[in-house]
Amino acid sequence: MTLTDFLLLLRDSIPGGVRLAIPLIFTALAGLFSERSGIFDIGLEGKMLASAFAAACVAFVSGSPWLGLGAGILTSMLISLLHGFASITNRGNQIVSGVAINFMASGLTAVLGQAWFGQGGRTPQLANEARFEPWEWPGLEAMDQIPVLGWIYRFIISGQNSLTYLAFLAVPISWWVLYRTRFGLRLRAVGENPAAVDTAGISVTFLRYRAVLCAGFLCGFAGAYLSIAQSAAFIKEMSAGKGYIALAALIFAKWKPVPVLGACLLFGYLDSVAIRLQGKSLPGVGEVPVQIFQALPYILTVVLLAGFIGVANPPKAGGVAYTKER
Amino acid sequence: MSQSTPAIELIGIDKRFGAVHANRNINLTVAKGSIHGIIGENGAGKSTLMSILYGFYHADAGEIRVDGKTVTIKDSQAAIGVGIGMVHQHFMLVENFTVLENVVLGAEGGLLLAKGVSRVRSALKQLSEDYQLEVDPDAVIEELPVGLQQRVEILKAMVRGAEILILDEPTGVLTPAEADHLFKVLRVLRDQGKTIILITHKLREIMAITDTVSVMRRGEMVATRKTAETTVEELAELMVGRRVLLHVQKGAAHPGAVALSVKNLTVKDSRGVTMVDNVSFDVRAGEIVGIAGVAGNGQSELLEAIAGIRKPVSGTITINGQEVSTRTDPGLLRDLGLAHIPEDRHHMGLVLKFEEYENSILGYHKDDKYLSGPFLDLDAIQEDAKAKIEKYDIRPPNCRLKTANFSGGNQQKIVVAREIERDPKVLIIGQPTRGVDIGAIEFIHRRIVEMRDAGKAILLVSVELDEIRSLSDRILVMFAGHVVGEKTPDTGEQTLGLMMAGIAA
Amino acid sequence: MSAQPGQLPPFVNYGVMPLLNLVVAFLISGIVVWFIGESPAEALRTLLEGAVGTGEGIGFTLFYATNFIFTGLSVAVAIHCGLFNIGSEGQAYIGGLGAALVALTLGDVMPWYVTAPFAVVGAALFGALWALLPAYLQATRGSHIVITTIMFNFIAAALMVYLLVNVLRVPTAMAPETRIFAEGGQLPKLGWLLALFGLKIGAAPFNVSFLIALAMCVVVWALIWRTRIGYEIRTTGINPTAATYAGINYTRMVVIAMLLSGGLAGMMALNPVMGASARLQVEFVGGAGFVGIAVALMGRNHPVGIVLAAILFGVLYQGGNELSFWIPTISRDMIVVIQGLVILFAGALEYMFRPALARLFSRTPRSGEPAVAKA
Repeated sequence: MTLTDFLLLLRDSIPGGVRLAIPLIFTALAGLFSERSGIFDIGLEGKMLASAFAAACVAFVSGSPWLGLGAGILTSMLISLLHGFASITNRGNQIVSGVAINFMASGLTAVLGQAWFGQGGRTPQLANEARFEPWEWPGLEAMDQIPVLGWIYRFIISGQNSLTYLAFLAVPISWWVLYRTRFGLRLRAVGENPAAVDTAGISVTFLRYRAVLCAGFLCGFAGAYLSIAQSAAFIKEMSAGKGYIALAALIFAKWKPVPVLGACLLFGYLDSVAIRLQGKSLPGVGEVPVQIFQALPYILTVVLLAGFIGVANPPKAGGVAYTKER
Repeated sequence: MSQSTPAIELIGIDKRFGAVHANRNINLTVAKGSIHGIIGENGAGKSTLMSILYGFYHADAGEIRVDGKTVTIKDSQAAIGVGIGMVHQHFMLVENFTVLENVVLGAEGGLLLAKGVSRVRSALKQLSEDYQLEVDPDAVIEELPVGLQQRVEILKAMVRGAEILILDEPTGVLTPAEADHLFKVLRVLRDQGKTIILITHKLREIMAITDTVSVMRRGEMVATRKTAETTVEELAELMVGRRVLLHVQKGAAHPGAVALSVKNLTVKDSRGVTMVDNVSFDVRAGEIVGIAGVAGNGQSELLEAIAGIRKPVSGTITINGQEVSTRTDPGLLRDLGLAHIPEDRHHMGLVLKFEEYENSILGYHKDDKYLSGPFLDLDAIQEDAKAKIEKYDIRPPNCRLKTANFSGGNQQKIVVAREIERDPKVLIIGQPTRGVDIGAIEFIHRRIVEMRDAGKAILLVSVELDEIRSLSDRILVMFAGHVVGEKTPDTGEQTLGLMMAGIAA
Repeated sequence: MSAQPGQLPPFVNYGVMPLLNLVVAFLISGIVVWFIGESPAEALRTLLEGAVGTGEGIGFTLFYATNFIFTGLSVAVAIHCGLFNIGSEGQAYIGGLGAALVALTLGDVMPWYVTAPFAVVGAALFGALWALLPAYLQATRGSHIVITTIMFNFIAAALMVYLLVNVLRVPTAMAPETRIFAEGGQLPKLGWLLALFGLKIGAAPFNVSFLIALAMCVVVWALIWRTRIGYEIRTTGINPTAATYAGINYTRMVVIAMLLSGGLAGMMALNPVMGASARLQVEFVGGAGFVGIAVALMGRNHPVGIVLAAILFGVLYQGGNELSFWIPTISRDMIVVIQGLVILFAGALEYMFRPALARLFSRTPRSGEPAVAKA
């Protein structure tokens, strides 16, 4: 591979990186809502997987991607309620609850998938109308005349599905909710100092439940994206650790919405490059192991956590159930 | 003013936590537009009472009237609703929020923030003009000095329209200058018609600022006085009460060489507040030096620094001629002959989930006699524990019982036995009899005197003045991180009390 | 910071509670089975028969249990120091590398009983090293160990795939795995042990690792409850303030506990790598690290409890395989569901039944002092 080939590969990885970043964006934003309210959410992976399954099933049965999306969201929110019940109402360990959710989601999707469809955990292939299909924007030919912009228009702006556009919309909306609404202010406060919220006459429990429900809502989009937008069926274990990468992106973004977008795009891009680089050798370097790219998000996050790239301060009250005591 | 309806009336308030009777049938009337002090020692029930008023706890019995109307305060929201605001001892602030965000929290006035924020911004401006409560609304809390953080707490209450402001130990974290400014603000607030309830254990503050003062003692309201018509002496006596004087048999001390020497020691707490400020003293073999003081004046940090748990900022500590001040290594200090009975047996002195015998070696688990190779020699440890149980009459006499299942007095005996039986040269003791029954108190006191007679150097910290006076051979009084004077044990309680309040030296 | 809404007698805490949690988990699993149109009773019977009905079944059950004993001990040791090591999975994976390197070298020239001790050390060493950095970062920089160990799981996965594909793979073969170990690099089966009970081991890869796991139970028990280090670890885990008072160094304890934890996780690799497949393969850990969390939770972090819980999960694994074989509509992932439910009820919802049980068994064991309330 020549240097030019390599640079082209880097460029051509961009559209794929965007597509791979979409579920990360939804999921990391989900984690943002939960963790900023002081509830750790290791169960993002499980929620994503379960909602992917639910979305695929309902989209298959109903033939409507929107109903599929609704089912995904509902499933994910129900799991959030379970997480809330364990960690808010019962003051259980939030990490353990998340691990349990991941196990159950991984098991149940496979068991139900096998029982219902008998395809080894796969759901049946969806018809095109039952999925979120890419939109082709007008004037591609005309735009092609313009260098760079034309390429961006054709490969990044056009040709995406509805959920992709929603993901990019979800970032400013999340930012707006967190920083411009009463709910957002209270949510950020309860993750830092629940006693301050309590003494201000606000229910910590109700607030945190709403926060984890937001997380469930957003995770539902991520799952639906996997099974009925990016693919045309649910495949066993299709979340494949994306929930954890999203978690890493959330930490890497220091629990802030706009940096979350950047971190997810970066991690998605790394993934995309890794896929295209498989088996190719670089000029002057030789074959670069793709695993480096796969591990990079985690390595970067650890380096950040160790305090070498600024300071990542997690929400102060994170992981601790609130007890009204003094 | 005295004719108008009182701002607050508490009638027959009663509250129990399990077997602890925190408030007994409390009656209290607070006049509108006054500063009303509530004074009492730690644990007298002041904070509980105010938490009931602010809706944090619910009284088991009793009635609350605000402006003459009976109200039910089921939570903080309800308290805010009837015009009560509270400045907590530990600030209820979100540290990485701005001042503005903290004040808006809970008073947003709508689903969106923009309107509430601009309303609060102008309210803050107004308040700063009316009451000299200036603070930059866009400053982040954690970057503000403590005094200003407290001001934000006051502003939070004011913006919510508080007519009655409760301040719980507000000067505990303030420098004297900050405290003076706070008092100025409180006077302005009162003069503008607000009612202020000030909870404190500091007599000086009561005399300096209140119009009326109520005294609490062991859950009861024992007296209410016009501040102008009372004296520090009277209040001190009311606060402490006439206690049964515990008499400790002891002969004259025969002090020997200096065994513990503290020079120019300065210690900060975890928040960075200087708690021990340039303190120096010596303790000789064969004497008990008592440190008297109201809790929170630096005694805890002093003990922790000497015990090697807290690193001092500057100064030196010398134990048996060996300087150890830079070593924060409790194990090393133990090897040098230092033993430490900590103030808080639950959090520091014991592991409550451990069986008794396991606690009987805590800190000494590296001693050869408890080990065979890398293994714990359980037989030796349990024999040793049994011997201590017998000698100290620890009940029930079962070294395999979980420590949490012993009573407070017996738990303390486990700690005392462990520290004394090691035969240390220097013994530092914090609150040796807190939460301990009379029988155990006597026993522990006798042991301490025996240690002295055996030629040990003993440093004793206690908030119980009686205890200090009856055990010590010399008394140092600590106030605001300084040793403000040295007295003999026959010094009167009042004199010591005034020194503890930082009034006379 | 344990919330203690009434103390429970030990037999409730160590017997009734885990059992109750298990029963609830099974009930819900039964509902799932019923929901997909199969008979829960039939499923349970098939599962148990498959797991303990034959010598071979028992062999497989104990083979799986061996994995879980190691990872359960790993999680438990960390918990005794107050640490949640969610990285046993990755530590076991890297431990496999240590074991394989010994088996690939020493195993070619030495008999198994010479190779084995070195393999144990190799596996433990590699696993421990993988836990070292998260431990150090937690102790000195306050980086949350849960997060760092999760990250290390993924880094381990990437590293191992790289090594297996690019370095350790047999050049002529496609599969990302090492060559088959020579006999000296394999751990012998324990057919004779089962034969003592009149059972035939069949094809079950039940091997010497099981005995090593049992030995580790004794070692962990002695270490935690009988040594000075164990005493210091427990003190740090229960009451860090008291530990500081007692002159116990927090950083040192965290690092030691995590090295032990990682080492135990690493040893898990002996079982599948040297005891069963006789080669290092990708993803050989297969979630055993996470199952270790459930095992430690159910076993109340005590080796005896861990062995029992590990056998239970071994039954689930082996029985689940049989179940999916005989009743194809129930996929073997059913056991993952049951695991999840057990973790949920024994772990995250452990306080749910506690108040009710406390009422049932409350005999106010406290003598004398009431809880000291701070006013």
